[in-house]
Amino acid sequence: MAGASSGLQSKRELGKATRDAFGRALEALGADHPEVVVVDGDVGNSTRTEWFGKKYPNRFFNVGIAESNLVGVAAGLAASNKTAVIASFAAFITCNAYDQLRMSVAYPGMNVKVVGSHAGISIGEDGASQMGIEDVALMCALPGFVVIVPSDEGSAKAATKAMLEYKGPVYLRCGRPEVPKLYPEGQVPFQIGKANKLRDGKDLTIVANGIMVAMALDAAEALVGEGIEARVLDMHTVKPIDRDALVSAAKETGAMVVAEEHLAHGGLGSVVAYTLAESHPVPIRFVNLLDTFAESGAPDALLKKYGLTAAKIVEAGRSAAGAKKR
Amino acid sequence: MANNLDALLARARSIREDIVKMTTEAGSGHPSSSMSAAEVVTALYFGGFLKHDPRSPQWPDRDRFILSKGHAAPVLYAALAQSGYFPHDEIMTLRKIDSPVEGHPNMKRLPGVEASTGSLGQGLSIGVGHALAARVDGKSYHTYVMTGDGEIEEGQIWEAAASAAKYQLDNLTLIVDRNHFQQTGPAEEVLNMDPIDGKFTAFGWKTQVINGNDLREVLQALDRANAVKGMPTCIVSLTHKGQGMLNLLRRLGDTNFHGKPLPAQNLNEALAEIAAS
Ligand SMILES: Cc1ncc(C[n+]2csc(CCOP(=O)(O)OP(=O)(O)O)c2C)c(N)n1
Ligand SMILES: [Mg+2]
Repeated sequence: MAGASSGLQSKRELGKATRDAFGRALEALGADHPEVVVVDGDVGNSTRTEWFGKKYPNRFFNVGIAESNLVGVAAGLAASNKTAVIASFAAFITCNAYDQLRMSVAYPGMNVKVVGSHAGISIGEDGASQMGIEDVALMCALPGFVVIVPSDEGSAKAATKAMLEYKGPVYLRCGRPEVPKLYPEGQVPFQIGKANKLRDGKDLTIVANGIMVAMALDAAEALVGEGIEARVLDMHTVKPIDRDALVSAAKETGAMVVAEEHLAHGGLGSVVAYTLAESHPVPIRFVNLLDTFAESGAPDALLKKYGLTAAKIVEAGRSAAGAKKR
Repeated sequence: MANNLDALLARARSIREDIVKMTTEAGSGHPSSSMSAAEVVTALYFGGFLKHDPRSPQWPDRDRFILSKGHAAPVLYAALAQSGYFPHDEIMTLRKIDSPVEGHPNMKRLPGVEASTGSLGQGLSIGVGHALAARVDGKSYHTYVMTGDGEIEEGQIWEAAASAAKYQLDNLTLIVDRNHFQQTGPAEEVLNMDPIDGKFTAFGWKTQVINGNDLREVLQALDRANAVKGMPTCIVSLTHKGQGMLNLLRRLGDTNFHGKPLPAQNLNEALAEIAAS
């Protein structure tokens, strides 16, 4: 199956990790956004907020290994008219400080930008304790939060800008490894809540975000050989979901696959199914981490073992397209 | 005692050797965070403090050791393997797919691991739970917990500290591996928690401050902790991050060396430094 390479080893050129793109964008945007302050929890060299911190030391606070305090401090900064950007590993910032995110940020609608790095299993060797695989579900559950999962360097950069310009709570999910470049330099369409159609097709739609978008494109190429023309949507915003793009895709292609580097419950797949169930149900298949923790291992080996590959998307696409009523 | 001390010093060296070998082979991990704790872990597992049975990891009367700073897993794996919980050569599968010797301890997959850790701040509460269970069951086992000095910045540590004092848990001993560094820099600069012993004293704990890289002092401190009645003990264990390969780390220009494996070309140099220590 040429083109449908597995894991991060796409034939596409590798770009920066999305955490790196976020870190560089934040550093650059700091100049034009004096209202932006950043709070770190002793992981700035992992999340890349240290680049902002080195350039604007007066607007950077490292409160130590204390995520719930970190979120509360950010809420206070936001209440005093700062745009508070906070970052830690996705697992720690969302899980360790969830009540603070709920009560101090979401409930009063604070202008806090929560960045979770090291999302997914593609972090590799550190293992399950460091892998944020439930973060999208948790953050989507909080009323008022915008949830963004960029797929590559360019979209992470654009997402960072959009996040700072948006007023209100946002969750931005970033990853650790370098990922294939999907958008040409300087030409990244990015609007919160608006999916990017990366490829058109009439038989099937593959909805993906994060590292799964590159695999979705590989899968779409492979499906051509089976007579299936797949549309690919980069659904970088999980909340608010692009209902129009989903409904027209359902109407025009009649079958769907949703691929994400996240647990089954409450992620992009759940949101897509919920949206279409009400308006235009079509056969849907899901490619995700099901209901299990992963383990230590090399990123590509893990993606293969836990079923996050272009080959799995191809299989799911075949099944969804085959289930259409003719 | 002198002979025993020599044997234990040799054991600490061999634990350090395992740490650098397995992390260099893995190509990732936290050797420096593991090395600082080698004397304490050696004393617990081989100095007669932990009553345990590698053939029966779930023996209800065993003493517990919870590595709350889970990223220092290699020091625990070395001790468990050398105790016979699993074949020694399995440490070389550290961080590889399908191996139970994971990047952070996973109690569901590896015998001898008492708690799944890696998200900092949680181990002391779990230790309080074990200590309370001992009381409920009328058992005399002792629970030991090790945290990092950065780790005690987590609020949960202090919630646990207050609850341990409330229940006068003299069957609970916390060792704070005070190696003066955390991920992004010196612990005193990132968030100064000094005086650590003073804080625990104020929370109702018995405290000791020792040189945690001096085996004799560690053994004495653990003995004293066992004799305390009516309150939990906190041992502030003053150590060096990367103890045993400090010359090498200095030469490499990074005495924190957080979360980095030794490059393969430096492995022999590290082993030589450990052997001479
Ligand atoms: C809740 C949580 N936040 C952040 C991290 C990331 N992290 C891993 S090790 C570390 C530093 C730990 O410092 P310390 O407790 O002093 O341990 P040392 O490595 O110095 O022994 C950090 C911040 C984590 N594992 N868990
Ligand atoms: Mg430390």
